[in-house]
Amino acid sequence: MNVRRWLILGVVTLTSAFGDTFLDVGMKKLPPLSLHHLGGLLIAVRTPWVIAGIVLLIGFFASYLTALSWADLTFVLPATSLGYVIVALLGKYWLHEQISGARWLGIVLITIGVGFVTQGPSYTELPSSGLPGKLPKLQPIAVPLRSSEQLARSGKAGRR
Amino acid sequence: MSAVYGFATAAMIGSIVLWATAGDVLTASAMRRIGDLDEIRASSGLAGAIRAVVSSPRFISGVLCMALSFFSLLYALNHADLSLVAPASASLTFASNAVAAKFFLHENVDRRRWLAVLFVCIGVGLLAH
Repeated sequence: MNVRRWLILGVVTLTSAFGDTFLDVGMKKLPPLSLHHLGGLLIAVRTPWVIAGIVLLIGFFASYLTALSWADLTFVLPATSLGYVIVALLGKYWLHEQISGARWLGIVLITIGVGFVTQGPSYTELPSSGLPGKLPKLQPIAVPLRSSEQLARSGKAGRR
Repeated sequence: MSAVYGFATAAMIGSIVLWATAGDVLTASAMRRIGDLDEIRASSGLAGAIRAVVSSPRFISGVLCMALSFFSLLYALNHADLSLVAPASASLTFASNAVAAKFFLHENVDRRRWLAVLFVCIGVGLLAH
């Protein structure tokens, strides 16, 4: 993991959190939609907040796929779960939603989980499966050269 | 009646989790097979990287599974509460992804990752309260 890769994980986290929040803001500004009149969704995708949300979520998917190309699924998902925390904080400080004690506890647990996984390795090397895990470098093995006399002697010893 | 309702809700949540897990695992498997996207972009440009991703049958299957998960979510939201369905499916998907990644992607899910999954799983569940 280098700085650039941590930045991409940060982009995954931020674009998912802000993308969802922008969609929420945009959809709350619209009158309630009915399942029988889904044409209203076409109006929704023309509002600036929803457009911004969709653009961010496209950015999220691109950065998420990039992260999965060099890190494990079981690393990327917990490492980017701080997005849930950011959504909750945006809800409190921007949209003025209430955060209960249980939610704060949830935020603390997610943060601890992120701390756990980011301390460990990000990628499982799978050399035997033919997948693009980097193959370990073969180390030269030192084989002592033996003279023909030694070989003859060891051959006799083997036969004995 | 309530037992039937509970079973139906569990089945709907199960369907969301199943398709979401299949989508995540297939997408992750496709990306692993394609290789480092940064390197592909450096050698064949952004268009080459997009072509490599979009032409992968695994990636397409993964996206189809994600779409099925989304439609299952919409169907479930029509019948059950958002405050139950969204956190339950999100946290269960975290757990099922860890199990599926271990068995299908052969990822090294060590104790540290199990703990991370457990903490995030409970944390996401608590965010609904």
